[in-house]
Amino acid sequence: MRDTIRFLKGGEIIELENVGPTETLLDYLRLRRRETGTKEGCGEGDCGACTVALGRLVDGKLIYQPVNSCILLLGMVDGAELVTVEDLEQDDRLHPVQTAMVDLHGSQCGFCTPGFIMTLFTLYHAENEEKSRKNVTDWLAGNLCRCTGYRPIVDAALQACFEATDDAFSWRSNDTREKLQLLADSRDIFIGDSESFFSAPATLDGLAVLYGQHPEATLIAGGTDVGLWITKQLRDLPKMIWLGRLEGLDRVEESPSGVLIGATATYQTTELAMTRLSEDLGELWKRIGSKQVRASGTVGGNIANGSPIGDTPPALIALGATLELQSGDGSRALPLEEFFIEYGRQDRHQGEFVTGLFVPRLSSNQAFRCYKISKRFDQDISSVMGAFRFTIEDNMIVATRIAYGGMAGTPKRALNAEKALTGASLDDPSTWGAGMQALLSDFTPLTDMRASAEYRMETARALLAKALMEISGTAPENVRVLTRREADNDRAA
Amino acid sequence: MTAPLDRNNLVTPMKHVRKGLPHDSAIKHVTGKATYIDDIVEPLGTLHVVPGWARHAVRGRLNAVHLEEVRAMPGVVAVLTAKDIAGINDCSSAFGDDPVLAEEEVLFYGQVVFAVVAETREVARKAALKANIDVAPLTPILTPDDAVAADTTVLPDYQFRRGSPETGLQASSEVLAGTMMIGGQEHFYLEGQVAMAIPQEDGGMLVHSSTQHPTEIQHTVAKVLGVPDAAITAEVRRMGGGFGGKESQANQWAALAALAARKTGRACKMRLDRDDDMIMTGKRHDFKVNWKIGHNGTGRIRAVDIEFLSRCGYSADLSLGVNDRTMFHADSSYFYPDASIRSRRLRTDTCSNTAFRGFGGPQGMLAAERMIDAIAIQLGKDPLEIRKLNFYDGERNLTPYGMPVEEHEVMHDLISRLEVRSRYWERREEIKAFNETNAVLKKGLALTPVKFGISFTLKHLNQAGALVHLYTDGSVHLNHGGTEMGQGLYQKVAQVVAEEFGVTMDKVAITATNTSKVPNTGPTAASSGTDLNAMAAKLAAQEIKSRLVTMLCEQHQCGPEAIHFGDNKVLVGEQAYSLSEIAKQAYVSRIQLSHAGYYATPGITWDRESVTGRPFYYFAFGGACSEVTVDTMTGEMTVDRVDILHDVGHSLNPAIDLGQIEGGFVQGMGWLTTEELVWDEEGRLRTHAPSTYKIPTASDLPAEFNVQLYEGDGNPQETVYRSKAVGEPPVMLANSVFCAITDAIASLSPGLLPNLDAPATPEAIMKAVQDMRRRRSSS
Repeated sequence: MRDTIRFLKGGEIIELENVGPTETLLDYLRLRRRETGTKEGCGEGDCGACTVALGRLVDGKLIYQPVNSCILLLGMVDGAELVTVEDLEQDDRLHPVQTAMVDLHGSQCGFCTPGFIMTLFTLYHAENEEKSRKNVTDWLAGNLCRCTGYRPIVDAALQACFEATDDAFSWRSNDTREKLQLLADSRDIFIGDSESFFSAPATLDGLAVLYGQHPEATLIAGGTDVGLWITKQLRDLPKMIWLGRLEGLDRVEESPSGVLIGATATYQTTELAMTRLSEDLGELWKRIGSKQVRASGTVGGNIANGSPIGDTPPALIALGATLELQSGDGSRALPLEEFFIEYGRQDRHQGEFVTGLFVPRLSSNQAFRCYKISKRFDQDISSVMGAFRFTIEDNMIVATRIAYGGMAGTPKRALNAEKALTGASLDDPSTWGAGMQALLSDFTPLTDMRASAEYRMETARALLAKALMEISGTAPENVRVLTRREADNDRAA
Repeated sequence: MTAPLDRNNLVTPMKHVRKGLPHDSAIKHVTGKATYIDDIVEPLGTLHVVPGWARHAVRGRLNAVHLEEVRAMPGVVAVLTAKDIAGINDCSSAFGDDPVLAEEEVLFYGQVVFAVVAETREVARKAALKANIDVAPLTPILTPDDAVAADTTVLPDYQFRRGSPETGLQASSEVLAGTMMIGGQEHFYLEGQVAMAIPQEDGGMLVHSSTQHPTEIQHTVAKVLGVPDAAITAEVRRMGGGFGGKESQANQWAALAALAARKTGRACKMRLDRDDDMIMTGKRHDFKVNWKIGHNGTGRIRAVDIEFLSRCGYSADLSLGVNDRTMFHADSSYFYPDASIRSRRLRTDTCSNTAFRGFGGPQGMLAAERMIDAIAIQLGKDPLEIRKLNFYDGERNLTPYGMPVEEHEVMHDLISRLEVRSRYWERREEIKAFNETNAVLKKGLALTPVKFGISFTLKHLNQAGALVHLYTDGSVHLNHGGTEMGQGLYQKVAQVVAEEFGVTMDKVAITATNTSKVPNTGPTAASSGTDLNAMAAKLAAQEIKSRLVTMLCEQHQCGPEAIHFGDNKVLVGEQAYSLSEIAKQAYVSRIQLSHAGYYATPGITWDRESVTGRPFYYFAFGGACSEVTVDTMTGEMTVDRVDILHDVGHSLNPAIDLGQIEGGFVQGMGWLTTEELVWDEEGRLRTHAPSTYKIPTASDLPAEFNVQLYEGDGNPQETVYRSKAVGEPPVMLANSVFCAITDAIASLSPGLLPNLDAPATPEAIMKAVQDMRRRRSSS
């Protein structure tokens, strides 16, 4: 047991005994350290002004990820190297990304700039990144700028971020690796007392015991949802259990039958496996939140919280994913769609936690499509999310799984449409109408700030039609506005 | 009006002016060392102030406000209500209708009823939730239609009228009419509203405020505390974005911080949470526009009749100027022989809409572009042809408010150059071909002009002051009434002053805007920051310089033509002295080395009452050509290519100007595409965070984005180094995106005008697409 957190900053190991259960990293930086370079823009992880970098060892490699410090708990920095904008200058010399931003006029009001600098710093250190506008804008999607219109910032990234690393962090990377290895241990962390604590068990058994003792405690994985309970809902969450130290729970295992995603695997670490499952799924993954959100946010956490803000569950449901849960009493598995009972209510028993998710691979006679409709292309939440898996024999649909988001209080299968489409012919669009019609009986969507009920229903039908058009090849031309794949060619630098 | 061009300005090589120097704080920005209000080292014992409000009420009478639980929370030091206001409970700019704290009535969703003062911000935020506020609800008036039906306004109606639009419409071969909804816009400055008040001796107060208008902060705080203006000093080094949202909207938070500081005797800081900020502060005005236009059968406009129904919110705020500017820009760049341009300033039970970059102009221009599109679509002609047919020219050059468009040739030249650079006509053919072979995706193209009037239409605001000191070591202290919000004003003014004194940039110390240095200033707004403040600073520097010249002429018995300033030196004939030597000599000779410069824009004669005179010193011009692709199954849209040519006269700093153009365009594009403000049926704003309100992100940049400065003869008016204002005009370049989307939808059914409302979200696009399909099948 350890009653401190330890991390690296500016080459020094910092050990803190005093860590509040809901204390954010941003408050620690600004209020306790009086390092005010890191800014608060929105307090909910959407604007990126508070971006800092966390360096961690992944398979022995030092990887820097951008994170939103406003919704990241201080305790979650344990074991990492924390890099803020104050750390970049060396001997009064600007870092290459800072120089590029000055030279190319990448700042105007300057308030968002430190956040951009830190995201650019992580891109500078990332390996095997494609030098393209498309890739840069994907990296920058979590940093909002209201002044520049982004062009000079994208140019600065293209100028500075794809050169061989040559900064203080690369020079001392061996030392950093050694120090991070020193910090790595397999002890449980518990700071506080039985009434109020921040804890981070290192084993599943340890978690089961602790959670059994404190079933009202808050489980936090990436914090991209729980963080807002703290900063926006101002909830009192005196007992915090961070899952980030659980060994093996962040695994991503690919097999011929499918992909097993551990509960604390992030969107970032699962992206490649998802792309291999389906190109559309990979596209969808890139449009979940932002780099910062995907670096912290976990697929399991998004499901476990039953967050209505979830664009992945419809796709995972259509693919036939199953969810695995565990408690002190044992474990069980269930089809993902059965986990979501109604808005705000999931099939998770007291003391039970999600351990993983299994997503089966498509068989050779299956076709999959998913579409995310949102007001903004990147870092937005869908108004309608449609996912379709068709099993096809002799150009006849013999089985379907269709799931939508934004059409009900939970991600939900379109059972009537699935039924109506079984037996439809890909060669004969007139056999598709019944499926589209059936959506009317599957869903009664609501009107909210993202879209009206009418638009949602119309679009749900359009997406089904689009999926069928694409799969059947009846549409002679492209039926999507600029996709990322095309953008690759168009925007190649 | 037009002054002869000073060719010297063009041929004399400039050392600093016209150089693309980085923003003055660029290095501080990238290193995190630039200090914003929340970063200022707090005095010991600083308290934090958080607003409290009735979280469900929209409009209603305050029956009871129970704050016992708020006060009881450990760490709470004070709770402020209207009773704590010794002075006047008002933070409005002019009209006296913006209570700092509600007294008897809640006027809109988000109105502040009380404020908590606590040891930490977290405690204050949690305590604010403990209030129990009982409101007897009244049926709120929310939409323009509601307000028209109830006949409720914040300000009287206003009209420009020329000739007889009624007769003109009757005489037209064709008359078209329509209605258009234009949405508002949240500023989303990255730095939210924030102020810190620090008590001083003798009842004084120093107020650090993120504001575009320090003088108004000073006046508001004095008014609310009930002390003389002289007791209050307001200061701001920089804002993390303003965009109009800190012109009047910063007042309330500065007043509350000062009120808390007065009550507790301690420094008090008030920084709004993002959600509170978005709920409580005003936004760009949204409009319903009813338009009617008559033309001669070939597309030349004969008469227009436009009614602007503007949602002003619960108070007048800056709505007079905003809505006037809508009317001033309802012509876009087109000559209306007979015109009636009417404006109603509707009162609704919503937040009080306010200044936002463009200040009403964008909405007026967008309505004009809609009318042009209507004519083109009806005639089956290219909209650009109709635009050019109706441009102001040598004969037809009087605006509906009587000011001539003197630079119509610049406008024509700029648009024709852009036409060539963007390959408009070739691409028109390519797009036609694309649309013929694509059933689902449709492309659209539009080239639209910008003509934006530069000057405050409230005449007295067109003045500025600067304070310049030359020290005896040859360094210069620069201060002026303009504020820095990212637009690069401080750097441009410093370039001008360095040029005047012939010193290197490092000799000019840029200092925070402060009401005790330069008093009685106007807001940094209306794109006029540089025009006004750089000129005032230039005059101040010139005055000091002329004193030195007079001294040197006497000493050396030479004429002023023998004296030159440059490279931190002064040349007297062949003899070079360092500026510091000369400054020391002047000091010893008891010559004042400090001057308060003052500038008032000449030639502005607008009289609102009689609707006569000249409101603008000049116009800034621009043009943009946008190409979009629309998915007609889902309404998704991408901007594929944008070409921009923009007129900044002779640029003071091309890098900064380019940044203003690109940034303004993208901000305008956001307004017209992804940025949607949604209120529920009860009148509660539902889009009050970046999770639900979507400003453009990097991937929304056009795939191809070509932006250039127009190379012309400079500003014909005697502005500072013949430059032109650049802050607001580029926002309206984004009208081209909206018109391109309209064009794409119009391809579905030639001859029918799409009823596309702004913003063109996927849902708005689909609504227009489906409406086209319905009309096509029923015709």
